[in-house]
Formats: sequence, C-alpha cells, structure tokens
Amino acid sequence: MNIHEFQAKEILRALGVPIPTGEIATTADAAHDVAARIGKAVVVKAQVHAGGRGKAGGVKLARDASEAREKAKAILGMQIKGLTVEKVLVTEAADIASEAYVGIIMDRASRKPVFMVSPAGGIDIEEVAAKTPEKILKVPVDTRYGLQPYQAMRLGFFLYGDLAKARSSAKIMQQLYTGFVQSGCSLAEINPLVVTPAGEVVALDAKMVIDDNELDRRPAVAALRDESAEAPGEVLARQASLTFIKLDGNVGCCVNGAGLAMATMDLVKYYGGDPANFLDIGGSSSPEKVIAALKIITSDPNVKAILFNIFGGITRTDDVANGIVAATKQNPLKVPIVIRLTGTNEEIAMKILSENGFSASSDMDEAVRRAVALATGGKAA
Amino acid sequence: MSIFINRNTKLVVQGITGRDGSFHTKQMMDFGTQVVAGVTPGKGGQIFEGKVPVFNTVADAVAATGANTSVIYVPPMFAADAIMEAADAGVSLIVAITEGVPVLDMTRAWPFVKERGSRLIGPNCPGLISAGQSKVGIIPARIVTPGPVGLVSRSGTLTYEVVYQLTCAGLGQTTCVGIGGDPINGTNFIDCLAAFEADPDTRVVCMLGEIGGTDEQDAARYVKEKMKKPVVGFIAGQTAPPGRRMGHAGAIISGSSGTAAEKVTAFREAGIAVAQRPVEFVDLVKERI
Repeated sequence: MNIHEFQAKEILRALGVPIPTGEIATTADAAHDVAARIGKAVVVKAQVHAGGRGKAGGVKLARDASEAREKAKAILGMQIKGLTVEKVLVTEAADIASEAYVGIIMDRASRKPVFMVSPAGGIDIEEVAAKTPEKILKVPVDTRYGLQPYQAMRLGFFLYGDLAKARSSAKIMQQLYTGFVQSGCSLAEINPLVVTPAGEVVALDAKMVIDDNELDRRPAVAALRDESAEAPGEVLARQASLTFIKLDGNVGCCVNGAGLAMATMDLVKYYGGDPANFLDIGGSSSPEKVIAALKIITSDPNVKAILFNIFGGITRTDDVANGIVAATKQNPLKVPIVIRLTGTNEEIAMKILSENGFSASSDMDEAVRRAVALATGGKAA
Repeated sequence: MSIFINRNTKLVVQGITGRDGSFHTKQMMDFGTQVVAGVTPGKGGQIFEGKVPVFNTVADAVAATGANTSVIYVPPMFAADAIMEAADAGVSLIVAITEGVPVLDMTRAWPFVKERGSRLIGPNCPGLISAGQSKVGIIPARIVTPGPVGLVSRSGTLTYEVVYQLTCAGLGQTTCVGIGGDPINGTNFIDCLAAFEADPDTRVVCMLGEIGGTDEQDAARYVKEKMKKPVVGFIAGQTAPPGRRMGHAGAIISGSSGTAAEKVTAFREAGIAVAQRPVEFVDLVKERI
C-alpha cells in the first residue's frame, strides 16, 4: 500500500525526524491560508501515488500566500501518470546547501532490509546506482538486532565528513528504521535529506510503502489508505478480496492464481491482442467473487471480449460456473465471453454452463485465441 | 527417486484442525503421505480422522512420532512463529503454505531456520509432490504421474497447468516443487536445481519463473556453470506494467529491474530452452529426454 508524502512525514516527525512544517490543502483557498500561516516562501506539492511529481509539474515554489493559491489552483485536478491530484501539501521552503539520499528497501537477495545512502541526493537513485555505484553505500540490517549505532554512524560518515552532521544524520537513520519497522514498510526513503546553510540536517521529502500483509495487524497504518487516490476498479476489487490491476488493452481477463493470470495476459499478447487487466480471483473462489470480478471487468468501456481461464485445484470450477451464470442474469453481458476451465468438478461446471447457454473449452491456447479474435474483430490471431 | 520428500517422509501438520489444514491433510493421507502427527495448541490428545494424533506443540509431536517434515497451514500472523517452532523442534524440512505472511516476520524466521540447519520451502507456496511417493502441500494429486521430469516454480495454478500438460503428453515427474511467490522465501531456484541435478531419476528440469527480483538470473548462471542436465524455462509477466504487484507479493518490476525480458535473456544466454507458451514445455521436454 502506498501512503502520501504528508502521511509519511507525520509518521517520521512523530519519531523526531526534523521536517519543515506544512499542512494539507484540498482547495486553492485553503492552500493560501496555510501559506499565510507559515508566513514565508512555501512549496506546493501534489500528493499522488506516483513518482516523478516534480518533472510532471506537480511541485512548485511560491513566494507568498497569493502565489501559493495560484500554484495550488494549477496543481489541484491535474493528472500525473493517470491519477488526479486531489490534495496538495503546502510546506515551508528550505534553503539547501547540499542534498543526500537515504532509503531502506526490503532486499530479496540478502533477505534483509538494506539501508542505501548516497551523497548524490535529490535525483533518481536508480540512475545513481547505474552510473556511479561508488556513490552509494549499502548496509544490510539483521532485524533480530535492529540498526546498530556503529552502522548508523558508518552511513552518516559516508554522507558527511564532519562529526556533527554525521551524528545528526545517524540519528535520523535510527528514526527512519524505527518508522520502517513500526509501520511494516517494504520501503521507506528520505529524498532529499538536505543540509541547510545553517548546518542543520533536514528531511524535505518522505516516501513509505507498506507491506500489504502487515495491514491486518496495524489498523492505524491501514487507516492511512486514501481510496480517492486509487483507481476505482482496484478499490472495488480489494473489497471483494480480488487482485485487480487495470491495463490499456481490450481483452478482459479473469483467472485464478497470479502466475496463471500473468501467463494468460502474456498469451493474449502472443496471439496479437492486448489484456485490459490483471485479475486474480484467488484460491477458494465463491460465486460472489466471480460476480464482483465480472462487474469490475465490464465497467471498463475498453473491454471488447471477456476471457475466463480457470485451473481448478482448490478452486472449484462449478463455483466459477455458478458465478458466471448468476452475474450474467443480473447484468446481461454486452460483449462476448470465452470460458476455459479445467480441473476440480469440471464435468459439473460444463453442465451448468451448457444448460445456461454458455460454451466452454478446456484448452487454454484455443480459448485465448478466440477471445483475441473476438476483441479485435478477427484482425489478429 | 525424488527431491526433498520420499516414501520415508514422516509429516507433522501444523494447523491440522483448521479449515484448510484438515481438508488438505485428508487429501495428503489419500495420496499415501505418512501423516504421523498434527499440531493445534489446546487440542493435544485429540485424534484426527481416527488415525493421526494431535499435539499441543511441534516438540511434543516430534518426540512422540519422529516426524521429520512439517507442513504449515496456520493463519499469516502466526506463520513465522510456526516456522521457527518447527525448526527449533529439529524438523529438517518445513513447508509453509500460508499466504500473506508479513515480510518483516520472514526476515527473522529465515536466519533462525538457517542457523538450525533446516530447509524451509515457501511461504505462500503450493508445496511439493512426488508421484507414487509423497505429497506435502496442496498440489492436486490427479495431475501428476511418475516419470523423469523435475519441475520447480514460483507459482501455483500455472504449475498445475504445465504439470497437467506434461502428464497428458505422457511426460511424468520425479518431484514438482512450488517455491512460492513471496519476496523472501526459504528455498530458491538454485537449491532445487542442485537437488534435481543430483537426483539420478531426473533427466530434464522445468523452471517456471516470473517477474520481480533476480532469482531467475542467478539460477541461469548456476545452470550454465554447474548443470549437466537440460533445463526448460518460462517467465510469466511479459505484459506486466512496472511498479505494480502482480498478485504475488514478489512479482513486481522495480524500476528497470526484474523484467521478463531480462530474465528470458539470462535464460537464453545460459543455454536454457525458453517456452513462450505453457504448452511449448511438452515439445521442448520431449526433445531433451
């Protein structure tokens, strides 16, 4: 789960990380009022779950309150990577002497969270890693012991030559690590961590990504979810315990299992089509889940054909068949549907489908080819 | 022969009285797996299905039955603890089926297991099955048949799809292993490839990877440097957009790393035959037996 910059900053500020003051605004007038309260130059920052906000024009400096109103007016409602900006953070502008990068990422290879720091901050860290890897220091942390003081100091000295700044930044790293663990993060970063002309070390931006598997035991973190910042289909899917990701194609896919769902999308592409979505109905799929899945798929106007691909192991294919029948009785389909199912209770499923006027195949390639042909009007496959 | 499990596998089921645990325990017993014990705290003394004694702790179960393998069906928030309990009781193979285990929990459980010399498979995996010998987990029994193909995969239903197509084509399997779709798992591709290379009955290995991480690239290097047996590979997620988790917690392209294209290239460079569609496994395996 992604959370906004202002939410990550609130978490880190509470842990003691020095962060310039700021408030959230949803209207241009509110942005004006926040800037007036701060009483000096501010930065107006779009709060969306997308990287590259600055490049997209979603981050602007304003010298005073009336300029803050103008900038907020331009940013609110703008689209960044397909997401509409609903909120801006209005925050005190800082003078910057130098910028660094500090991040913790869950590293699969070492099976540990790894600290990554670089004195070349403020820009894309992946670019730094690719072009000048010597400017990055990585320190894995054994979570059974936590970040040790010597590790934090080593990271601090890699960023700053002098003891005072190394110490200040080491303290911030301890606080960031605490935030990472307490909120159940898979990523936490401060980019940039800056030094002001007065020599203070301050966090100007913050990003946290929460491990979805943590949300059940961390209700306070789960409450940070902002559904207005997510694609509507994905919100519906989560409520129905489905995994859904919208894509740009026109073949709506409904599959059980993530690996098979990806392989099905790939096969659609192989036969010259384009998948409209990734949708995994999961292991033990009830008819209700199938109904919800069809609702989500058919609400996408791009979808020209629907493809079901079900390999019944734990999933009972008769449950899926019943779901398809029930869903299409409620809302008759306006686009053709191709059904492939095999496995647990296949005979019962086939009978249910044929009694209700559906045909189904047990061959994956054949089904995908037909769905692509229907979606493209016979132009592909 | 087989890898990791065989006729001598003596299984303890953690979470045996739960909904999933009880259902799949019956399936494993029907398959012929030696299920010697179950564990559910507070239900020690009960007998499952008239045959299997239930214990309060794994240590009790191991002491009483000599169980050497454990399978875990407990809820996600308790799964890491169950893994550590099994390792501490001296169980040498631990198979965690549970999906949704917090990754931070795994950063503690994994070194704990490692230090005690046990092997962990999963979490978030379908387990493993050796036709005619033993089944530990949830892979449907009816899709497998004995034969010379070893199979290792990061997914569940996609594994079933490929195994089923192999079986229909008369290509049986030594062992099918699902290593799971989480970012941190106990056993990786290389562990399984090494075991298949050492297994005298395995003649061809199928490896089903997906986007995210570098496990497949590392495995490709291993195949090139260490393996004599032919390997056929597949990568799911060619059409996956970057930065999105494709169902599996570990299936995510981070920035420009972990793409299907880079994994397919690594496979080809290592001399691994790449199936573009699941159905192509059949011919590619046949050509190499």
